[in-house]
Amino acid sequence: MKKQTITTKTLAFYALMIALAMILSYLEMLVPPFFAIPGMKLGLTNLVVLIMLYSRGAKSAMFINLVRILLVSLLFGSGVSFIYSLAGGLLSGLVMILLKRTGKFSIVAVSIAGGVSHNIGQILAAVLLLNTTSIAWYLVILWFTGTASGAVIGILGGILCKKLQNARLFEK
Amino acid sequence: MKAHLRDIILIAAILLIGGIIALVLLLTRKTGAFVEVRVDGKTVASYPLSEDAEYDIAGVNGGVNHLIIRGGEAWVESASCPDGLCVNMGHIRHAGASVICLPNKVIVEIVAPDSGGVDVVVGQ
Repeated sequence: MKKQTITTKTLAFYALMIALAMILSYLEMLVPPFFAIPGMKLGLTNLVVLIMLYSRGAKSAMFINLVRILLVSLLFGSGVSFIYSLAGGLLSGLVMILLKRTGKFSIVAVSIAGGVSHNIGQILAAVLLLNTTSIAWYLVILWFTGTASGAVIGILGGILCKKLQNARLFEK
Repeated sequence: MKAHLRDIILIAAILLIGGIIALVLLLTRKTGAFVEVRVDGKTVASYPLSEDAEYDIAGVNGGVNHLIIRGGEAWVESASCPDGLCVNMGHIRHAGASVICLPNKVIVEIVAPDSGGVDVVVGQ
């Protein structure tokens, strides 16, 4: 097996991204639920996953995604919130990776699909955990808020990716 | 330019699916008759929506949600959970609408007359 080496720059970049994801998660927790719609979030942490996906690829994005879900749940959350984050994070991560792999969509579209699928994942987890289908209405609301927040994150992500590329932060 | 068009098609498709789900739910909704309370997936109580009343629902881990039924509407007035999302979920009146408290695993759901709760218990 080929020995894997990791550069200091890569290590620092990963650490920075995980720290950023955790801070953004914490910030989101401080913001009271928007417009009395519980569960509606801007999905700021998705920004980090998006940047990782476009700078270092699918594996790195999923790695950062899982690490931040685990760390954030351990620090601020509960067992239940871990399951919800995991369901949302895994589904949105997968959808974004697959969409990006097709090479046919822009970062904004990828982000929107990610935002919606994140909410679908969370609703699915709630359906399974609570053994109810009565949250269908909730899915509709989160479907559209996920689209809107995905668009915002996608536009931000596009700008940030360009800036970071110029700052040569993406080089290994 | 082509990528741009594909983006629009994808986003339109996402919005369309959301709209279809909303439409289906809107067309199939009925006025509720009962307020069903479930804790941890099990139905613990069913109250008629037509009778004004207040109840304290005991959730898991000692959590409490204060449920109010008044004027054909039901809502959670206060709760022991830290986030209080269930309180923010507002008033419900249509069948299928629900207020959910995740920390206490409490679901308050409006059910239609035909599918709703226990009407009469015969025997025992």
